[in-house]
Amino acid sequence: MAAGTAMSSYWRGVRDGLPFLAVVGPFAVLFGVLATEAGLAVHETMGFSIVVIAGAAQFTALQLINENAPTLVVIASALAVNLRMAMYSASITPHLGPLPLWKRAIAAYFLVDQTYAQSILDYERNPNQTLAEKYAYFLGVMTPICPPWYVFTFLGAVLGESIPPSLGLDFALPIAFLAMLGPMLRTPAHRIAALAAVVLALAFAWLPFNAGLLVAGLGGMMAGAQAETRLGIKP
Amino acid sequence: MSETIDLWIIIVALGVGSFGLRFAFLGLVGDRAMPEWLLRHLRYTAVAVIPALVAPLVVWPSATGGEPDATRLAAAAAAFATGYFTKNVFAAMGVGATVLVSLSLLL
Repeated sequence: MAAGTAMSSYWRGVRDGLPFLAVVGPFAVLFGVLATEAGLAVHETMGFSIVVIAGAAQFTALQLINENAPTLVVIASALAVNLRMAMYSASITPHLGPLPLWKRAIAAYFLVDQTYAQSILDYERNPNQTLAEKYAYFLGVMTPICPPWYVFTFLGAVLGESIPPSLGLDFALPIAFLAMLGPMLRTPAHRIAALAAVVLALAFAWLPFNAGLLVAGLGGMMAGAQAETRLGIKP
Repeated sequence: MSETIDLWIIIVALGVGSFGLRFAFLGLVGDRAMPEWLLRHLRYTAVAVIPALVAPLVVWPSATGGEPDATRLAAAAAAFATGYFTKNVFAAMGVGATVLVSLSLLL
C-alpha cells in the first residue's frame, strides 16, 4: 500500500514537472551553444551541466570565462548566484529532513529552482503527505527536469551554431517562474513578502555579484514573517 | 593546457560549492527541530526569492540590452495574472508563452 501511494506520488510529480521541459530544453541548448562558442569541448560543457547542474550559475561562469576573469572571481561570482540554493535547502528541510542521509544527498544534488518551487508548492497544497510520498514526488518532478538538462546541453554543444536564435527564448524562464508564483500567494503575508522582494530586487539590482537577489530574498522573507505575526495570519 | 586545468578547477569548485549550498540545511539539520522564528521566515522563501530573481529580468531584459520591452512586460503580466486567478500553473505558462510569441510576431 505504502509503495503504491509513493509510486502514484512519483507519477504525479512527473506530470507536474513535465511543463518545465519547455523551459529547461531551450535553456540547456542555449548553454551548450554558448559554451561551444566560448571554446569549450563537448566533454567540458557536459562537465559543467552534470557537476554543477545550475543554469544561472553556469551562464555566469561562462560569461566571466569569456571575459578572461581570474579563476577565483569566476568561482566566487557563480557561487554567489547560487547562494539562494542554501535558502531552498533550509526551506525544504522541514519536509525532507527526516530522510536517511543518502536520500537527502540525492535530493540536495537535484535541488534546483524548478524542483524546489514545484515541490514546495505541492507540499503546501497537500500538507498531509507522508515522508515517502514527498520524496517520491520530488524525484518525480526532477525526472523531466534534470536528466533533460544533460541531454539538451549535449544537443546544444554538438549542434552548436546551426540552431537559430528564436523569438523570446530568453524569456521562457521568467514566464515559467511567474506562472508558478500566482498559486503560491495564498495569504496576505505571502503577497506582502513577494511585493517587498520585488521592490528590493529592483532597488538593489545595481549591487555586484547578484547580491541584490539575496538582499531582496531575505528582505521579502522578513516582510512575510512580520506580516504573519502582526496580522495574526494562519500560515 | 593550463587553460584546461583552470576550467576543470572552476567546474569542480562550482560543483562542490553548489552541492555544499544545497546540502547545507538538508544534510546538517536533517530532522532536528528548527526554532519557530526561523520556520516562520522559511515559509516565505519561495515567494520572496522567485519574484526577486524574476523582477529585474522582466523590467530590464538582457535580450534587449536592458531596455524595458512592452512584449516581455505584457507576457510576464499575463502569465502572472493567469496563475494568480486560476491557480493553474499549466494555463499560466501557456498564456504567457502565447502572449510572448504572438506579440513578438506582431510588433
